[in-house]
Amino acid sequence: MSNKNFKPAWLDWIDRRLPVSNAYEKHMSKYYAPKNFNWWYVFGLLAMIVFVNQLLTGIWLTMSYVPSAAEAFNSVEYIMRDVDMGWLLRYMHSTGASFFFLTVYLHMFRGVLYGSYQKPRELIWVFGMFVYLIMMAEGFMGYVLPWGQTSYWGAQVIISLFGAIPVIGEGLQEWIRGDFLISGITLNRFFALHVIALPLVLALLVVMHVLALHEVGSNNPDGIDIKKHVDDKGVPLDAVPFHPYFTVGKLPQVVLFLFVFCGVIFFMPEGGGYFLEHPNFEMANALKTPAHIAPTWYYGAFYSILRAIDFPIFFIEAKLGGFMAMGGAIAILFVLPWLDRSPVRSWRYKGWMSKFAIIIFAIAFAMLTYLGGQPVTALNGILAKIGTVIYFAFFLLMPWYTKYEKTKPVPERVPE
Amino acid sequence: MTQSGVNQGRRRFLYIATGAVGAVGAVGVATPFVKSWFPSEKAKAVGAPVSLDIGNLKVGEMVIAEWRGKPVFVVRRTAEMIEALKSAKLKERLTDPNSDVEQQPEFAKNDTRSLSEELLVVEGVCTHLGCSPKFVPEVEPQAYDANWQGGFFCPCHGSRFDLSGRVFAGVPAPSNLKVPPHRVDGNILTIGEVA
Repeated sequence: MSNKNFKPAWLDWIDRRLPVSNAYEKHMSKYYAPKNFNWWYVFGLLAMIVFVNQLLTGIWLTMSYVPSAAEAFNSVEYIMRDVDMGWLLRYMHSTGASFFFLTVYLHMFRGVLYGSYQKPRELIWVFGMFVYLIMMAEGFMGYVLPWGQTSYWGAQVIISLFGAIPVIGEGLQEWIRGDFLISGITLNRFFALHVIALPLVLALLVVMHVLALHEVGSNNPDGIDIKKHVDDKGVPLDAVPFHPYFTVGKLPQVVLFLFVFCGVIFFMPEGGGYFLEHPNFEMANALKTPAHIAPTWYYGAFYSILRAIDFPIFFIEAKLGGFMAMGGAIAILFVLPWLDRSPVRSWRYKGWMSKFAIIIFAIAFAMLTYLGGQPVTALNGILAKIGTVIYFAFFLLMPWYTKYEKTKPVPERVPE
Repeated sequence: MTQSGVNQGRRRFLYIATGAVGAVGAVGVATPFVKSWFPSEKAKAVGAPVSLDIGNLKVGEMVIAEWRGKPVFVVRRTAEMIEALKSAKLKERLTDPNSDVEQQPEFAKNDTRSLSEELLVVEGVCTHLGCSPKFVPEVEPQAYDANWQGGFFCPCHGSRFDLSGRVFAGVPAPSNLKVPPHRVDGNILTIGEVA
C-alpha cells in the first residue's frame, strides 16, 4: 500500500471504537527491534509458539480426560488408543512441556549473556521469572494428572518438601493434599489448577512481560542503547520494524524448530524416559514405591540442589536446609538485575571474570540438571555439591566481579 | 468545592477506613476458598483413627489392623524379645539402632520403639518398595540369617527388620518401619492419634 493514509471504512469504524490499528502499529509494524538481533533472539518467539500449542492441545485433552483417581489413568490410555489421533494430541502436549522449558531456558540464558535484565529492563526479567515460576507449578501439576507411578510418587516427594517447614509443615501438607495421603481429592484440585487457574495467570504474565518489553524496547547482543541515535521521526537508526522484518526473518528458524519438535513427537515422544518416565506407564499405587523416583529433566537442577544439602547447617536440619537451598536457588534468580553492577550489558564487553563466571555457571547448571535424574552415589553427591556451590557463587559474587573487573568500551552505534 | 476547602486529614481517615473495611471483607471472602482445601468430612472419616481391643492379644502374637489403607502390625512381645532388642550385639547389625531418622513419634524413639515396652505398633509396609513384610518371631537360624533373633522379613527383596521394626544393615530397605501415631487406653489401642 503506497498511500499510507488510506484506511478502509470498516477499519476506520472499528478504530474509532477500539484502537486496533494503533495497537498493531505500537506492537508490530512500528515496534523497532535492533537490527543486530542474532539467533538467540528467536527463543522468546518459540516459547510463545509452544505456549499456544500447550493451550490448544490442553483444551482438546480435557475433552477426553477424566479427573478422578479411578478413571484418570484409564482415560489417558483411552486417549492414546481409542480417541482418533488422541495419541498425537497427548504427545504434542507432553513433548510441548519439555520444549516449553527448553526454549525458556535458552531465552533466559540469552538474557544472562547480553545483560537483558539490566536497567531499564528489570521488570521484564521479573515478570519473566514469574512466568517461569508458574510454569514450574503448571508442569508439576500436569505431570500428576495421568495418575501413573511417577505422577503419584513425584507428587509425594514434592508435597513432602513442605513438611520440612517447622510448626506448620504437617498441616500445610494436609491442606495441599486435602487428605491424609495423596488421593483423588489431590488429583482433582491439581486438575483445576493446571487447566484453569495457572494458564490464566500464565497468559496474564506473558502479556505483562511483553508490554514491559515494548515500553522500554528490546536489548541487543551488544547491549547498545539504540534509542540514543534516532532519525527526525524518532525512529532508532539501528533498528528495523518488528513486523515484517523480525517475524518473517525468523521464519526459517521457526520451521527448523518445528521440524525438531515434530521429530521428537513422532519418533521419540518419551524422550528416552526423560520426557515421559517409564514408571508412569503403571497406574499409581500408594503401597508400591517405584525403585527410582526422579523429576522430569527440567526440574533436575533444583532437585539436585535440594539433595545436595544432606547435612545440617548449624541448627537447621538437612531436610529443611535442602528445601531452603532449593527455594533460594529459584528466589535468587528474581534479584539478578540488582546483582549485576557492570557498566556494560553484554558479555561481549564485560571482563574475563564475567565471561568465565557465565560459562562455568552454564556448565554447572547443565550438570545439576543431569544429576537430578540420576540416583545418588558418592560421586554424584560430590558433583551435586560442587554444582550447588558454583550456582550460588555465580549470583552472590556477581556484585563484586562485575563491579571491579575491567570492561571494554561499548560502541555508540551498532557495528556493521 | 475549592482545593483549599479539602480537609486532608478527614480524607486520609476515610481512605484508611475504607481500605481497612475492604481488607476485612477480602479476608472474609477468601475464607471459604482457603477452608475448602482442608480434608473434607468424608476424607476425615476415611482417614479417621481406628480403635481395636487388644485384650485378647496373647504374648508373642500379632494382629494386623488397617489404618488409612495400610496394614498396621500390633505385636505383644515377650520379656525375652524385649531383652534381645536392647543387646549391643543386635544393635551393631542395624542401620539406625537409635531411631534417629524420623520414622516414629517422639515417644517411640527408644530401643523398643513403643509406648510400653511389650506392645509394638508399626506400619507393615516395607520402607524399600512398599511390600508387606512377614512376621517371623521364632528365634532360630533362617535361610536369610543364620543368627535370626526374631523379627520381620520382606519376601519381595529380602529386607529384614528386628522385633521393633529396625532395619538391618545390608538390605535394600533404607530406614526403619514407620511407627504410626497411636495411644493405648486400657485394652483399647487407637491408631492415628496420640494421647
